[in-house]
Amino acid sequence: MKDTQVLVVGGGPAGLMAALAASNLGACVTLIDRQETLGGQLIKQTHKFFGTYKEQAGVRGIDIATRLSEEIKSSENGNLKTIQGGEVVAFYPDCTIIYSHNQTLKKIRYDRVIFATGASERMLLFPGNDLPGVYAAGAIQTLMNVNGVLPGDTYLMVGAGNIGLIVSYQLLQAGARVICVLDAMPKIGGYLVHASKIRRMGIPIYLRHTILEARGENKVEEAVITALDNNLRPVPGTEKVLKVDVISLAVGLNPLGELLEQCGLKFVYIPELGGFVPFHDEFMRTSRKEIFVVGDLAGVEEATTAMLQGRLAGLVAAQDIGYIRDGVDREIERILESLSKYRAGPKSFKIKEGISKLKTNDKQSVIEGFKYA
Amino acid sequence: MKRILKHPILNFPRRKIISFTFNGKELSGFEGDTIASALISYGIYNFHTSIKLKRPRGFFCVIGNCSSCLMEVDGMPNVRICVTPLREGMKIHTQEGKGIF
Repeated sequence: MKDTQVLVVGGGPAGLMAALAASNLGACVTLIDRQETLGGQLIKQTHKFFGTYKEQAGVRGIDIATRLSEEIKSSENGNLKTIQGGEVVAFYPDCTIIYSHNQTLKKIRYDRVIFATGASERMLLFPGNDLPGVYAAGAIQTLMNVNGVLPGDTYLMVGAGNIGLIVSYQLLQAGARVICVLDAMPKIGGYLVHASKIRRMGIPIYLRHTILEARGENKVEEAVITALDNNLRPVPGTEKVLKVDVISLAVGLNPLGELLEQCGLKFVYIPELGGFVPFHDEFMRTSRKEIFVVGDLAGVEEATTAMLQGRLAGLVAAQDIGYIRDGVDREIERILESLSKYRAGPKSFKIKEGISKLKTNDKQSVIEGFKYA
Repeated sequence: MKRILKHPILNFPRRKIISFTFNGKELSGFEGDTIASALISYGIYNFHTSIKLKRPRGFFCVIGNCSSCLMEVDGMPNVRICVTPLREGMKIHTQEGKGIF
């Protein structure tokens, strides 16, 4: 006996859309999330989204989270069940997961599972990087935008991608001081709109620069930065010492795939997608037909595409079980079109490269049945 | 204090006060705080010491992924304080290494 038809692990933008799409088609859906509030990382994103109006462009992330959670709550009495504060801790190949909830372990058996576990922020290697005061940019964003607390006064931002730029601006909004933004690359990685906003506030962005060292007794007191040459090697004599109490790292994310590694799923290593990602087709189905991956777990990108991927996998999973309705195939086609339209911009070059590597994965370092020894 | 009082987009209304202790000292936070955000609002950034070299450890990810913020809460070690809601009367202690069960 199965407990649910479609299980969704993770209640961020991708997971919420997957749960809604599958339950709207009629499937019995269980959505499990380890936090007390739904929305994943949307709950700290106070900036407005880009893209097309249909995909909620112009709406702040925090408002999208509220909208989607309300939609989930209103379908909860029907065929959609949510488990909040439940963390999936084990995953077995016979369509079973174990989760921990209120300090007890419980089991769920399913027909289809959609994983939307997201990604975790990367660390950078430099002496002193373990000192309190070296924080992930997303961590600072959570503290200031969800809890209303600033973990320091003076900040150095490492990384000029979208997260680095957006969090710098939001730090200024919260009343903090940002000394500068560094990036090892010769070009700004994020959208120029975000870069212009912080430049207008007088915050310099130093390209071809990186951090050499964090100094301090029990906490960050100083950061040593340097210029880099064309081969990304530090240029001697260009070191500068900055008085900061927080070094914020915005140097990319890694997909959170540990759970899926437990059941021998095929993984591929694609740097453009964030590293090891579960192999999947364009409908987000993995090497096992009952398992789907969506959102940052399938390749680090952003919330708009995560929501589209979630809807896609939700519809396909419900169809698998037999919830076939007129017009769904057309809707699936439209989602695929929206995804490629959204990725048409120059900033999506890397993602497109990564996805094309996924399609022709024979040259990649494919790891089958990747497991902990 | 490092609470944000003025913000162009968000507002943080005054919420119910929650009392707790940190290494025996009486402190207070607000409803909606995690243990981490309450401690950080007091400028407390040192949550545990590393296992081998006894280096200070603060938070890193604040979303429950990295295990950098483990502390002893009500006698239980290895609690991820960044995702644990603050509750009335909690006894929070700095954790040494792996903690004491």
